[in-house]
Amino acid sequence: MLDKIGIAKRIAQELQDNTYVNLGIGIPTLVANYIPEGISVEFQSENGILGMGPFPFDGEEDADLINAGKQTITALDGAVYFDSATSFAMIRGQHVQLTVLGAMEVSENGDIANWKIPGRMVKGMGGAMDLVASAENIIVAMMHTNKKGESKILKQCSLPLTGVGCVKKIVTNLAVLEVMPQGGFKLLERAPGVSVEDIQKATEGSLIVDGEVPEMDI
Amino acid sequence: MINKVVANVQEALEGVKDEMTLMLGGFGLCGIPENSIAELVNKGTKNLTCISNNAGVDDFGLGILLQEKQIKKMISSYVGENDEFERQMLSGELEVDLIPQGSLAERCRAGGAGIPAFFTPAGYGTEVAEGKEVREFNGKPHILESALNADFAIVKAWKGDTAGNLIYKATAKNFNPMMAMAGTITVAEVEELVPAGELDPNEIHTPGIFVQRIFQGERFEKRIEQRTTR
Repeated sequence: MLDKIGIAKRIAQELQDNTYVNLGIGIPTLVANYIPEGISVEFQSENGILGMGPFPFDGEEDADLINAGKQTITALDGAVYFDSATSFAMIRGQHVQLTVLGAMEVSENGDIANWKIPGRMVKGMGGAMDLVASAENIIVAMMHTNKKGESKILKQCSLPLTGVGCVKKIVTNLAVLEVMPQGGFKLLERAPGVSVEDIQKATEGSLIVDGEVPEMDI
Repeated sequence: MINKVVANVQEALEGVKDEMTLMLGGFGLCGIPENSIAELVNKGTKNLTCISNNAGVDDFGLGILLQEKQIKKMISSYVGENDEFERQMLSGELEVDLIPQGSLAERCRAGGAGIPAFFTPAGYGTEVAEGKEVREFNGKPHILESALNADFAIVKAWKGDTAGNLIYKATAKNFNPMMAMAGTITVAEVEELVPAGELDPNEIHTPGIFVQRIFQGERFEKRIEQRTTR
């Protein structure tokens, strides 16, 4: 089974050379720490920076320089700042090639829910609805089940949706899944030490198992 | 040159009244007009509709106006970690219109640019689309979003000149440029106010035509919400 860092490392293997990538809050933010050697990517944060660098050293924080998670960051050489309208022009206009974000639920037709639990928790969607409605490629990073042990990989989402039919791939602590165009989750890889049966048990939506499923290489 | 300078924050916010709609720039606590927010608390203006991406934190930024119950309605994209905002919203004390961040930015821009509405894919198939016209373009469904305007748009810039031209710093730019365009009266509070001619026209982000009043803020705390280091 993977921990959060393991999930981030596995997603980092999905990064393509010379692409622009938006990383959401939480596990996705960690992906930036594991960029494979020889791969050149630029990170966009939707509050208005392209060319986002690592967190600053102690004492070098700048209140005017943060990411979409409101964390203090640094800017790399070649970075640029822009306003929110320009930022979402990059996103809606598909200039950002990959979006990695967290989710509370994903359904087998690629719907995603991650912004609200009616009557209990309302965080707001922030930029997530714009991101999932437009990105060419969307990878969800999350735990396979919630704190109560219930599957987050479902036939249908029960929570208010963030976007419909948009998720392409999911990396969890148990597996890598592909959302198929005709519906269903194709099991691509198992986390180290996790069996197909374990994954089946933790998946409420239709799991498609085609032959031998390899273990992740991380 | 038209001089936009006002003496202080009190003069800058003259005419802000109960029931008005305000836009306030900033993302989280970054690039918020903190001097003007403090003055709104002093004035005690009530039943405000505030358009702002977030609502600050419990004890800073717009969070203070929420604590004082001066806000009737918030139009935002992210409540985040503001407990008082979440509490007032869930209890129904506060009316809240949550909209996608990109749509919020574009609606402000549209308001300032004379575009009454536009179609966007963001929010299609979700609660956000309820009651909105849906139309397909290039085989993909989009929803109709309308422009936003405000009685007062209150923005924060790094440098400004007496003509109202503004330059923002780093990611403190965020919503400020679009909101500056969309106010009937736009108030800019700046860290440094210089005579017209001192800013390089090539480097100005917001042209002074969008700004009616400008003043140098007395004090900028610039609180950091999530101090994160290596």
